[in-house]
Amino acid sequence: MLKRHPTLHYILTRAGWYFLTFLVAVTINFFLPRMGPSNPIDIIMAKVGSGLDTKAAKEKEEAYLKEFGLVELDNGGAILRDESGNPVRTPGWKQFRNYILMSLQGDLGTSFLNYPKKVTEIIKQAVPWTLALQFPTIMLGWIIGNILGALAAYRRGVFDRLFFPMALLLSAIPFFAFGMLLVYQFGIEWRVFPAIGGYAGNLIPSLNWSFIGSALYHYILPFLSIFLILAGGQAIGMRSMCIYELGTDYVKYAKWLGINENRVLFYMFRNAMLPQLTGLALSLGGMIGGALITEMIFSYPGLGMAVLTAIQGNDYPLIQGCTLLITVSVLLANFTVDILIGFFDPRVKAGQKGK
Amino acid sequence: MNLLKTPSFLIGMGLFLSTICIALLFPLFYNLDITTRAGVPYMAPSAGHWLGTDHLGVDMVSLLVSGLRSSLYVGFLAGIIATLLGTLLGVYAGFKGGWIDDIITLITNLFLVIPTFVVLILISSSLKEGRSLALIAFIIGATTWTWSARAVRAQASSLKSRDHIALARVNGFGTFGIVTMHILPYLLSYVFMVFILQTATGILSEACISMIGLGPYDSVSLGTILNEAMRNEALTDGAWWAFIPATILITVIVFAFYVINTSMEGVFNPRLRK
Repeated sequence: MLKRHPTLHYILTRAGWYFLTFLVAVTINFFLPRMGPSNPIDIIMAKVGSGLDTKAAKEKEEAYLKEFGLVELDNGGAILRDESGNPVRTPGWKQFRNYILMSLQGDLGTSFLNYPKKVTEIIKQAVPWTLALQFPTIMLGWIIGNILGALAAYRRGVFDRLFFPMALLLSAIPFFAFGMLLVYQFGIEWRVFPAIGGYAGNLIPSLNWSFIGSALYHYILPFLSIFLILAGGQAIGMRSMCIYELGTDYVKYAKWLGINENRVLFYMFRNAMLPQLTGLALSLGGMIGGALITEMIFSYPGLGMAVLTAIQGNDYPLIQGCTLLITVSVLLANFTVDILIGFFDPRVKAGQKGK
Repeated sequence: MNLLKTPSFLIGMGLFLSTICIALLFPLFYNLDITTRAGVPYMAPSAGHWLGTDHLGVDMVSLLVSGLRSSLYVGFLAGIIATLLGTLLGVYAGFKGGWIDDIITLITNLFLVIPTFVVLILISSSLKEGRSLALIAFIIGATTWTWSARAVRAQASSLKSRDHIALARVNGFGTFGIVTMHILPYLLSYVFMVFILQTATGILSEACISMIGLGPYDSVSLGTILNEAMRNEALTDGAWWAFIPATILITVIVFAFYVINTSMEGVFNPRLRK
């Protein structure tokens, strides 16, 4: 049946491939933090085993041990202990199985630092801020960067000679360092924009004008710090794509035929756009994790701050929850791009039929 | 068109060599001291301390030059590891084809879509105490090799069907001989460009990972300088010397690499010329 439906066959093989990648990613996400000398399990087990903790702390840690499936339980649900009173550890493969089952149910565990808050709850609060910061920024940076890049390629001359090194320099500045410069200059020296935070400290997030105004005001610097560097990078890519297209035979032939120049430009632009579109979809997929450090610089209440506090406090469930979310969003974006390209790119289409 | 006659290549090389000179020659006539508190915290630049002091009162020039040395070291080590891994796997897969190619391509694509930065965070956060500079370079190299493997594979597989490869095979060359004598020489300029980009990526990745507090525990790098400045209120104290020079250094190195890369692209890819 699949032989007669090449498109369906293509989608299914890609889906299977991405599921395999997802499994590898989850495995990495589970094992990497547990391989090091300061792995989360040993930290919890050491705390529980030490016996110096107060009763409340002990209850909290026992709850962890149960929740992460780190210890064997008896039939009554209590922690199984050996002769010396230490909890019996679950073997690694069982922990892994528990982790996979929990992740598939959308349960990412409980935060160490903000006990008893769930990791998913923390992520739910942070993600809207990250999306609000990233989505408009990526879209605008992409559009403006591509227009500038195409112009530079087409005009060449003085515009290109000034513009290209500028864009190259912009894309060489680490985006977080650029953010620091903006905070310093506009937020602290000139005091025209608020330096840190997502909204004024005396406001509570809600849908009223003073809050929205404050949030927009706080938006400007982080926006600029991502936008400028992104636009610079996009422009460089678009410029070289357009230069490549301008040198191809079909453009030369069309020019030689005397076809209207704007029309030739339109064809060239359309062909140069395909890889750029892929790039857009991929950066949209990467947007959840793309601004981690920028958010840290601006103390923006998004996922970046959550990761930073998690790293500083050894909050492994939160770190793993965030990394898993980032990975899954990237995988989904890649999958979507693959499918869309399968529909739009004639070369890939031909490949499907050929098989 | 000759590389040495290309102005942008010369500019890039000039910038790069001057950072190398600062890193290697400067310590010969300036006593780098990153442990003594030579002045009060965040002392402004003066004749004694050209770029002031950091939050502990340590001389900023010493910190910057040591940081530059570490960052270049991490960048090159990561670049070498990534380029070696990527080139070897890429050439082998591209030349061999068949099921070996399928497996290498599968692994490459797998790690190409799993975000590198996530893997960096996961490894670094589990190695809280033991993160040396070399280990960080190794982790970066081992996570960023994938795109060069893919790029090199494409090049190698297009070379495979050329006539001179068939001739070499007829003349009794083995796989190793063909790859070293007849494929790698063709890829040399390409591999060098890959190496330059990988090194730039290495320097930037180190800065990123240090910026979130997962940098080397045993040395000062440009990334850890920025991280310390961020954490110790250099911004609010107006101590621009604590982060602007480090930013400029990173930018100049990476910019130099980018310029060298694009100028080489212009020479080796005639389509970009006009």
